[in-house]
Amino acid sequence: MKKNLNGKIAIIFGVLLVCLYGIFGIPKGVTGAAITSAITQRIHLGLDLRGGAHLVLQVHVKDAVRADADNTVARIEQDLQTNHLTFTQVVPNPDSPHIITVSGIDPTKSSDVRNELSDRYGVEYDIASLSGGNGFTLTMKPSLLADLESKAVDQSIDTIRDRVDQLGVSEPEIQRYGLGENQILVELPGIDNLDRVSDIIQSTSRLEVHEVTGDPQGYASEQEALTSVNGSLPPDELILHGDSQGITSDSQDHVFRLKRVSIVGGRDFRDASAIDSSDTGRQGVNFVLTNAGGERFYDYTSTHIHTYMAIVLGSRVKNVAIINGAIRDNGQIEGQFSKEQIETLSFTLRTGALPASITQLEARTVGASLGSDSIKQGVVAAVAGMLAVMVFMLIYYRGAGINADLALFLNLVILLGFMGYSHATLTLPGIAGVILTIGMGVDSNVLIFERIREEMRAGKGPAQAVDQGFAHAWITIVDTHVTTIVSAAILFMFGTGPVKGFAVTLTFGLLANLFTAVFVSRVIFDSHVNHKLAGQKLSI
Amino acid sequence: MELFHNANIDWLGRKWYFLGFSLIFSVAGLISMGLHLAHTGSPVPLGVDFRGGTQVLVQFQNDPDVNQIRKATEAAGVNAKIVNYDTPDKREMLISLPEQSDASVDSGRKQIVDALQAHYANHATVVRVESVGPTVGQQLEKQAGLATLYSLIGMLIYLWFRFELIYGVAAVVAVFHDTLITVGFFALFDKEVSLTVIAAILTLVGYSMNDTIVVFDRIRENLRLSRRESLTDVVNRSINQTLSRTVLTSGLTFLTVLALYLFGGEVLRGFSFALVVGILIGTYSSIAVAAPMLVAYQGWRGSKGKAAVLPSAKRSKA
Repeated sequence: MKKNLNGKIAIIFGVLLVCLYGIFGIPKGVTGAAITSAITQRIHLGLDLRGGAHLVLQVHVKDAVRADADNTVARIEQDLQTNHLTFTQVVPNPDSPHIITVSGIDPTKSSDVRNELSDRYGVEYDIASLSGGNGFTLTMKPSLLADLESKAVDQSIDTIRDRVDQLGVSEPEIQRYGLGENQILVELPGIDNLDRVSDIIQSTSRLEVHEVTGDPQGYASEQEALTSVNGSLPPDELILHGDSQGITSDSQDHVFRLKRVSIVGGRDFRDASAIDSSDTGRQGVNFVLTNAGGERFYDYTSTHIHTYMAIVLGSRVKNVAIINGAIRDNGQIEGQFSKEQIETLSFTLRTGALPASITQLEARTVGASLGSDSIKQGVVAAVAGMLAVMVFMLIYYRGAGINADLALFLNLVILLGFMGYSHATLTLPGIAGVILTIGMGVDSNVLIFERIREEMRAGKGPAQAVDQGFAHAWITIVDTHVTTIVSAAILFMFGTGPVKGFAVTLTFGLLANLFTAVFVSRVIFDSHVNHKLAGQKLSI
Repeated sequence: MELFHNANIDWLGRKWYFLGFSLIFSVAGLISMGLHLAHTGSPVPLGVDFRGGTQVLVQFQNDPDVNQIRKATEAAGVNAKIVNYDTPDKREMLISLPEQSDASVDSGRKQIVDALQAHYANHATVVRVESVGPTVGQQLEKQAGLATLYSLIGMLIYLWFRFELIYGVAAVVAVFHDTLITVGFFALFDKEVSLTVIAAILTLVGYSMNDTIVVFDRIRENLRLSRRESLTDVVNRSINQTLSRTVLTSGLTFLTVLALYLFGGEVLRGFSFALVVGILIGTYSSIAVAAPMLVAYQGWRGSKGKAAVLPSAKRSKA
């Protein structure tokens, strides 16, 4: 018995040490500041406690699907043309871009077109005849569509992470948000100015170079641009607005006709920097292309000398330039840019464009001061409450009160140790979990003590009373704890944010509680009873 | 020191009082929720978290004047609700806007902050901003509700397995009763339910369930010991035997929660309010709702000539 007890005491001290390490690590000093920093390095405080920005973003995955559809459309057009199969148009459905319609084919060539389409696109698309019989619809297979959408979210996360890293935010949290479709959660500790962050995160500024098909001077209106092609725009072209800096002296709104598929764009850019405008008075951006992009750009520019290309930023033509010679991998864009635009542009070019546009669904900031205020008040209140409980236990249960107090204290240490090891985040609702844990910890002790008293009233000796008391209370403690852990586990699975934080601390707390209230308290009792002379009474 | 030494109270003899009391509070809760629903379209005042909207907490260097702030925001074309927040010496104001759509999540904040900046320059600091679009708000509401529902079902199944179905049902009804009354208080006092309040309600669910199980456990144990005693007597005795524990634990937990309510500051106010109400109701319901339900159920079974369902049939690993 004695030897066994020593082993148990060793286990308790072992757990205590391991948990203390979990909370403090090995502090660099013994000053208050060193200890505080050691704790905050290991125990992660939620944004509600330390201040920062919390954003929920919606990724408009349709944009990415649309971009993919545009590519497919271009490929289909080319395929049909090389096979001399005529058609009037190939277009994606404006509302659901994963459906592409090929229309106006020659009915006698219908089976040829179908064969060609199913040969090349059958793997990715389901092909069906149009009701009129002179065309087909290609519907992207659901698995592929889901994959494409999921990739758009993943790429957005990568891009946002790159951007946030460049902002120098430490420990950002960027992940899929469990609540809805295609949402991203961004948590930025220490940031309480949302303006710049949300501008940079949301910026979709995407740079593209397109071939100019119409008048390089542009047209005065969309109507005029359409008239130049007899009223109907060729399917492989698009119309964009822009100001015509560099071509004419005025900077009025002009309309340009461009090839739909860009020469280079999006991921082809590798780097960018603002042109120092102070000495030349010109504004612009230097850009560098990736190897593949540069190769493509070289091929194009060397075969299209003296034609015009348009530099498109977002969905506006920024500049139209004539190709004077082959360009490989770098160039300049000049035009009317504001200083901020250049900054954001060069920034987004460096980090890559977002595959889809993004909007904010939720934005919260908590000032660091408010965070530390609520910690202070919360901690003061919790400590005050806990001290009152501890004093009461001492008065009410005398000697046994020490067991309860030690168990309670150890409980808190283990809980915090768990938090330190698991890198779980302590939030305000997490503190709710701590309170319930303390409540149930006290309850376990009270249950045991009341039982021991009952047994003693029934005339049992100390050792037997302790034994019986624990045995009876044990069942109840298991029932209450398991019930609550079951519910906490479910809350963890289905909850997000605060509900999850609550579930985490509660689960850890209750596990710690089972250990302290039952095992530790028992060991203390046993060592106590062992030292008692026969016939002496238990202080409870 | 000892409380309730050999208490001998006839709890079940007072079940009609209990029923009356519970009915009054539940119905009062339902009525205030109903009135709230009729006035605002939701049964309880929902915080920004669920309803969507923008809230900006601003700290002013000088004593803020509501009329001036209103003028400043109105000049910027914002029709905001302005209320004093927390203690006057901190000079904080809560300025809020209902949200129009997901597209405007960010614009409400910009409008308010810009308006204040234009009028107060550096004399006002934004302490906290919360903007939630209606989509996320609805998702959060639905998700918090579902998580709570599933966790209740989880508890019910565990109790079914450990005791009998009726015990699980009685415990869940008691917890539901507590939640209804606590939420009713939020409607009655026009306090906003936020995500932190949900955490508090979950805490009270856990707490009330804990309380109920302690009593049930004792009933199970006593039933195993004395099979001839009537269920009413067993339940009464069980409640009395655990009474010291109930009052102690509840009293101590109440103490902690009260400390949180009094000293925890405005951020924790809604949260600790839910706990203060919830602990009281949760303790009451384990004695006055859950236990009488067991007896009533057995009585009903008896009147139909069926044998009583007793958890003593199941072995527990002691």
